[in-house]
Amino acid sequence: MKLESRSPTGPIAEAWSRAKFEMKLVNPANKRKYKVIVVGSGLAGGSAAATLAELGYDVACFCFQDSPRRAHSIAAQGGINAAKNYQNDGDSVYRLFYDTVKGGDFRSRESNVHRLAEVSVDIIDQCAAMGVPFAREYGGTLANRSFGGAQVSRTFYARGQTGQQLLLGVYAALERQIGAGKVKMFPRTELLDVVVEDGRAKGIVVRDLVTGAITSHSAHAVILATGGYGNAFFLSTNAKGCNVTATYRAYKKGAGFANPCFTQIHPTCIPVSGDYQSKLTLMSESLRNDGRVWVPKNATDAAKRPGDIADDARDYYLERKYPAFGNLSPRDIASRAAKEQCDDGRGVGPGGRGVYLDFRDAIKRDGKDKIAEKYGNLFEMYERITGEDPYKLPMRIYPAVHYTMGGLWVDYHLQTTIQGLFCLGEANFSDHGANRLGASALMQGLADGYFIISYTLGNYLAGIDAKSLGETTGAAFKTSETEVKGKLDKLLGIRGKRSVDSFHKELGHAMWEDCGMARSKESLERAIGKIQTLREEFWKDVTVQGTTDSFNQSLEKAGRVADFLEFSELLCKDALVREESCGGHFRVEHQMEGEAKRDDANFCHAAVWEYTGEGNAPTRHTEPLVFENVKLATRSYK
Amino acid sequence: MSDIDLRLHVWRQPKRDAAGKFVTYEVKKVSVHASFLEMLDILNEQLTTKGEEPVAFDHDCREGICGSCALMINGRPHGGKKATTVCQLHMRFYKSGDEIWIEPWRASAFPVIKDLCVDRSAFDRVIAAGGFITANNGSAPDANDVLVPKEQADRAMDAAACIGCGACVAACPNGSAMLFTAAKLSHMHHLPQGQPERARRTLAMVTAMDAAGFGDCSNHYECEAACPKDISRDVIAELNRDYAKASFAHREHAAKSDGA
Repeated sequence: MKLESRSPTGPIAEAWSRAKFEMKLVNPANKRKYKVIVVGSGLAGGSAAATLAELGYDVACFCFQDSPRRAHSIAAQGGINAAKNYQNDGDSVYRLFYDTVKGGDFRSRESNVHRLAEVSVDIIDQCAAMGVPFAREYGGTLANRSFGGAQVSRTFYARGQTGQQLLLGVYAALERQIGAGKVKMFPRTELLDVVVEDGRAKGIVVRDLVTGAITSHSAHAVILATGGYGNAFFLSTNAKGCNVTATYRAYKKGAGFANPCFTQIHPTCIPVSGDYQSKLTLMSESLRNDGRVWVPKNATDAAKRPGDIADDARDYYLERKYPAFGNLSPRDIASRAAKEQCDDGRGVGPGGRGVYLDFRDAIKRDGKDKIAEKYGNLFEMYERITGEDPYKLPMRIYPAVHYTMGGLWVDYHLQTTIQGLFCLGEANFSDHGANRLGASALMQGLADGYFIISYTLGNYLAGIDAKSLGETTGAAFKTSETEVKGKLDKLLGIRGKRSVDSFHKELGHAMWEDCGMARSKESLERAIGKIQTLREEFWKDVTVQGTTDSFNQSLEKAGRVADFLEFSELLCKDALVREESCGGHFRVEHQMEGEAKRDDANFCHAAVWEYTGEGNAPTRHTEPLVFENVKLATRSYK
Repeated sequence: MSDIDLRLHVWRQPKRDAAGKFVTYEVKKVSVHASFLEMLDILNEQLTTKGEEPVAFDHDCREGICGSCALMINGRPHGGKKATTVCQLHMRFYKSGDEIWIEPWRASAFPVIKDLCVDRSAFDRVIAAGGFITANNGSAPDANDVLVPKEQADRAMDAAACIGCGACVAACPNGSAMLFTAAKLSHMHHLPQGQPERARRTLAMVTAMDAAGFGDCSNHYECEAACPKDISRDVIAELNRDYAKASFAHREHAAKSDGA
């Protein structure tokens, strides 16, 4: 497997401009001759599909939801970063670049991150022009808020619904192109295979989720923007439909999978309440701007009502441990700190797995109205779920799986190790290293889709013949279709005793316990063993009702869980080999005074896994990471 | 009191053109902390392990923002709790022994696909007709070059909060999509960026709404009561005014074009 990053050389500040100039272009009149498939319609996929159609390419876009407007980007709450420096507080492209590299614990590629910081400013301009109703000051200028891991205020937001508003902007642009006949949209359609011939992506095989029909679609290039794999843990803040299927099946066709063990646990989610629980709800990190996180100093106080615990009996542990960043410490650090307090017996709420996020002081300082204006919808959401009023009682929060930094390996052009197969947004591995900073996922999705792929895809297409479109009646597509159908029939044919969900829950439990916030050689080996046993049992004892040629939600789920059962083993393997702690990946064997201890001598690289066939151990390759601009240093938020 | 027993009457319909009917199920020992959809998950686990096909229902984010979930519960969209989608409706609002009737949205523009799932692509067609601001990528001025008064930005955001779930249509005796369409127009028309296409957008979206098979608005305002995002009916008044103005402007424009 060749891992050529194609990063531009020379001064980083001009790298992207230089790279753009050097890229080949496709003549405007020729663009319509090139067919491009985009899988996924979230911020990355939707913006890519709309932008490529605006440029004149012939675009087909696929999503499993009933409308592109429902992609999970919609659930992002807090905001989107951009180095505008509208607040005059010392922000710059370089600072955003620096913060992101440092926040990612030096496990991302400098050139990609710098480009991300650079185009961040264009994103805000574009979104405002498209009518995204960003929060404003009275004078009409844009408002900002602060987010974890940064000491400047650079986060743009639309109440607590920033992801929704950005996605609706993307969706509007996409629908405009659909209405104009430039994008053919396939909703309720799921990718089941990527077709590769002579080392190039030729198209995809999909299932129409309403009729069950399996069809092939060919294109000159395929773009996957299919999100992350957090649902490997069953309980996560991801939507129920989020899955690894597209990227995992691309991996099985030869795309390298990078750093699968880099998963992010978000510190502020509503704690688990029972075994019926189907997902976890995030409370935006922006709440940490005004909320103070604490637990009782003494374990004996944990069962008391929060109001009965005096101030001097409270431990504001983030403020105590990390005075410089306090409640705005990065996510990985805040999550581990919460776990530590609960492991120490000082957790609150059912099962002792919770910490308080308290707005008492902010309400006293700013008044209830001001707090309601900033966070009203989040407070309502909390009350709807828990039945408790956060204006009166502190919120109870606990970490939960939220985002996955790992993903398909891509070069500077966002191309995977398969020619013509590109990967954008959360689905790729490129920009966040071992930990993503808050409000950076929306930024990356839109950067990839609006401002990067339009150049790099043109460069690829300019080098291939427009007449080279694959025949969907050819052998490659037919073989793929047969395989896909065979797998679906197999799932339906087992007729065992256990439901798909019961397997998914058991997998998730094993992953959370043994490959969650703290990992060790012992726990990871245990997890791998459990996954292997569970996978065997799944293929013997799962029961899926209904038929393949109809609307069948159980069958959809079964296919996704089958992929999670394979992929999770890869995730644990990656975690096992990475004998260091960095960002969201915490190996208990590698720590210093309770903080993550990186091993730059041996692990300053991206680990890229190559599939080597059913039953064979995958091969681990590495892309060395070179830090020429931001000096490798121990991350400190103290 | 932490667990309850329920009797559910669920609409089952194998596919679009097939006949449907209510089927009664008993679900026992449901935690009051579970959400309504988690209660349906429990029912589906029961059905699956008994070898019956589980009930199909749309859902995804389960935090009230994607707009996928769409259930008529005891005749009320999303169960009738103020500003709450069904995924955020919790079982603490029910008591043991309750009978619950669960149906899909009923509107001719939203045909049933299976059981509780309907086809809401008509909404996408309304947006495709004009629910956008034409601003090709790359053509934007600096975001602070166009000032937006806070009050206007807030009004735009109030309307933009729509999640496109279709509860407004399901609640309306006419199956009208006025609240949905008007919310999108209101969002864009409170912003300076939305002004250039104002008339064109209004006419195009209203035309598309009619073509998609939605009924007319006769001011019942059931839509407002059912909206899980509290979209105000005021947006409908805004639409009506815009539509009248746009119709005039369009006629004038057409006349001038004819004369040229």
